[in-house]
Amino acid sequence: MEATPKPFHARLALGVATLFLSAFFLILPVLSARAAVAIQEVKSDKGVTAWLVEDYTVPIVAVRFAFDGGSTQDPPGKEGLANLMTGLFDEGAGDLDSDAFQTSLDDAGAEMSFNETRDAVYGSMRMLAERKDKAFDLLRLAVQHPRFDKAPIDRIRAQIVASIVSGERDPDAVAARKWAEAIYGGHPYSRSAQGTKESVASLTAEDLHALHKALFARGGLHVAVVGAIDAATLKRKLDEVFGDLPAEPALQAVPDAELKLGQRLEVNYDRPQTSLQLAYPGVPRDAPEFYAAALMNEILGGGTFTSRLFKEVRDKRGLAYSISSGLMNSEHSSSLVIGTATRSDRAAETLAVIRDVVKGMAGEGPTAEELAAAKAYTVGAYAINNLDSSASIASTLVELQIEGLGIDYMQRRAGYIDAVTLDEVKAVARKLLSVDPAVMIVGPPLPDGSKG
Amino acid sequence: MTMLAARLRSCFVVLVLVAGSVVPAAAEQKAGQADITDFTLANGMQVVVIPDRRAPIVTHMVWYKVGSADEPPGKSGIAHFFEHLMFKATKTYPEGAFDKAIAAIGGSNNAFTSYDYTAFYETVPPEALGEMMAFEADRMRNLILDDKTIVTERDVILEERRARVDNDPSSLLEEEVDATLWQNQPYRIPVIGWKQEIEKLDRADALTFYDHYYRPNNAILVVAGDVDAETVRALAEKSYGKLERGPDLPPRIRPVEPEQNTRRTVTLTDARVGEPSFSTQWVVPSYHTAKRGEAEALDLLSEILGGGPRSRLYQELVVRKKIATSAVASFQGSMLDDTNFAVYAEPRDGNSIADVEAATNAEVARIATGGVTEEELDRAKDRFIRSTVFARDRQDAMANMYGATLATGGTIEDITDWPDRIAKVTADQIMTAAARYLVPDRSVTGYLLPKTQVAN
Repeated sequence: MEATPKPFHARLALGVATLFLSAFFLILPVLSARAAVAIQEVKSDKGVTAWLVEDYTVPIVAVRFAFDGGSTQDPPGKEGLANLMTGLFDEGAGDLDSDAFQTSLDDAGAEMSFNETRDAVYGSMRMLAERKDKAFDLLRLAVQHPRFDKAPIDRIRAQIVASIVSGERDPDAVAARKWAEAIYGGHPYSRSAQGTKESVASLTAEDLHALHKALFARGGLHVAVVGAIDAATLKRKLDEVFGDLPAEPALQAVPDAELKLGQRLEVNYDRPQTSLQLAYPGVPRDAPEFYAAALMNEILGGGTFTSRLFKEVRDKRGLAYSISSGLMNSEHSSSLVIGTATRSDRAAETLAVIRDVVKGMAGEGPTAEELAAAKAYTVGAYAINNLDSSASIASTLVELQIEGLGIDYMQRRAGYIDAVTLDEVKAVARKLLSVDPAVMIVGPPLPDGSKG
Repeated sequence: MTMLAARLRSCFVVLVLVAGSVVPAAAEQKAGQADITDFTLANGMQVVVIPDRRAPIVTHMVWYKVGSADEPPGKSGIAHFFEHLMFKATKTYPEGAFDKAIAAIGGSNNAFTSYDYTAFYETVPPEALGEMMAFEADRMRNLILDDKTIVTERDVILEERRARVDNDPSSLLEEEVDATLWQNQPYRIPVIGWKQEIEKLDRADALTFYDHYYRPNNAILVVAGDVDAETVRALAEKSYGKLERGPDLPPRIRPVEPEQNTRRTVTLTDARVGEPSFSTQWVVPSYHTAKRGEAEALDLLSEILGGGPRSRLYQELVVRKKIATSAVASFQGSMLDDTNFAVYAEPRDGNSIADVEAATNAEVARIATGGVTEEELDRAKDRFIRSTVFARDRQDAMANMYGATLATGGTIEDITDWPDRIAKVTADQIMTAAARYLVPDRSVTGYLLPKTQVAN
């Protein structure tokens, strides 16, 4: 029985905000005038910059930061290095071994977590305002002096290997790997962030220290802080935590990915439900038609229960519980991905319905009414989706810095969206959705002739 | 151990969070806390207002005091199915009008069903609160259900069942463990329902359920966010206040467990399982059924035993003995009837399930016979109490806490006093709770095994 279901548990909130932003950061900010958040730019004596939202309503401080360079920086054969590293920052730093560090963290009443994406390593901390000195000091140690001791390395490695082994038997996990390899070819994005059993077995403390040294530098750092702290205090904390890092990171250059679409992949497994995924080209975050593409995606299968795909696949036909589309934007690739899970005996029908909806969007585009509704949603949803807690505000501000959108972006965003014309949306729909997609089918083989 | 969301998006949230570890029934701190207001409308609908003026956002929720454990025999899944049907046409609005109105202001909405409650929510700018109440009050009484709608939506929930259960061996095992742990209580039946019963749910079942339970006197309105109590009261009077009170519902007295005197095991072997794991569960009192202080002791027991990297199970099995990759404990406190206490562990490469299980049992026995230290207790209390400060950062978390507590027989005071009651728990009470409830001969152990591995 789910009782006090975990959604009520505040401790996990940071993780959730992270997940949404990193996995689905498509519809970017906009605020109604009233929702404007007062963001201060704070620059420390040693030149570390952070965006601060000062708020004393709840006596806590949320810190979020990112260093450029994520799992793409794993050296060849050392796949999984960044992922292992992010599991070890609270496992010993400075003079404190794992046990001493975690005891101190508990004493400080703080929670610390790290994770990586393909393009960055993220850290988050949530602390009680009254114990923030101790918490910031532990963050300083973790960021500057992680120990990477053998015992915690082996323990966290064992957990990662267990997860890799589980993935080998799970059809959806097998499919995800096959998909990445097929779509990205030889690009670093094709590699598993978690690594393989062999690559993870080969990782050493020296590898970890080398990656830490290469990535953790002031030059690739983005910081946001929200809560009960003033600018003068934050300045000092920024210098303590980040001020002594090297000036610039030593990053391996990563080329832009050429997506290999127009292929059909299958993972056959006898089960009652089939997963379907379709990938079309996307639009880079800095392309002029980005907002037109975001609005088109919203109408096609975005974040509301009113999208075309939701209506046709679920509401009208009952073919699936979940059906959606999203713009997947990474630093070096962009795509539009549609995903659903449908009863296996009607998977071919579901695929045909999706193809049909896509064809309609590519051919005629949306109606003026649909576009107006999508604009209203996209403008209004910003505050609710991105600013509903200290942790989510901090995450949002870090993403804005990574995207280079500017500290006043929230005031400008509605204007960008309102300016998009129906013709621009039609044009981008035609451009993206006329392309033959990559299709992934996970389940029993589809009947012959269902070309999808 | 399931809570189901009507539509996918928020279901991510649920899944992600459920994957996390143990949870105290978080409550909030009294000191410096914005005033919580509660009142009851003339028709019996309870109202709770939780002000949070930091951002122009409100979370509007209606909780019905009905869940899967209230379903009639043979109709499993009707509570969850009905939750889905609440998104259909009413006498006033065509299907989709509510969703459209929410999308038009950038809001988000969803619903979820659990054993003891069903809740519907919208997160919107405060100006839209009145409109949300009008829609929500309308669908409490004015739903139209035709057979076509019923059949199509039934297909959707069968698909949901395939996605959540059939495609996931650990969920399949969980269903079987629940059906074994509970010999009589309705918590033995999955929230989503058994497939063969879902397939037969029809319009008459839905209408009977609707008429019986979807009434203002069986509902709780929770509003959290940028609004004051007087505004909520005025808006609620204008919408929900117009609804006619329904017949009084009988007290929620359900079948309870007989004395359990056996140790049972359930094993699922599945080709999709990569690493073996096990969990052991016991029947224990919930916050609603426990004597004062006992549920608080069980909550702290689960934290000390297996509440994270500082817990005994993690330190002993994962860090020191190096025989497990994970080891946790959990206690589900906010339930109307007796609930479950569980431990879970996954052996580290090459170690046998039997060894890990023996080590887990030894840690449970060590607390049952030797108790916990004052230092462990103080640290666990500190974690619980600070979690109530962190909880105040999320208005949806606050709204959920109040809704779930009130829908499972608790009161607002139960939440506001929680930190005080936690502070009073003694080490002796924790030892007593472990000795009394975590008895091997009254447990169920579930094994999830890869197809190649032989049980024990």
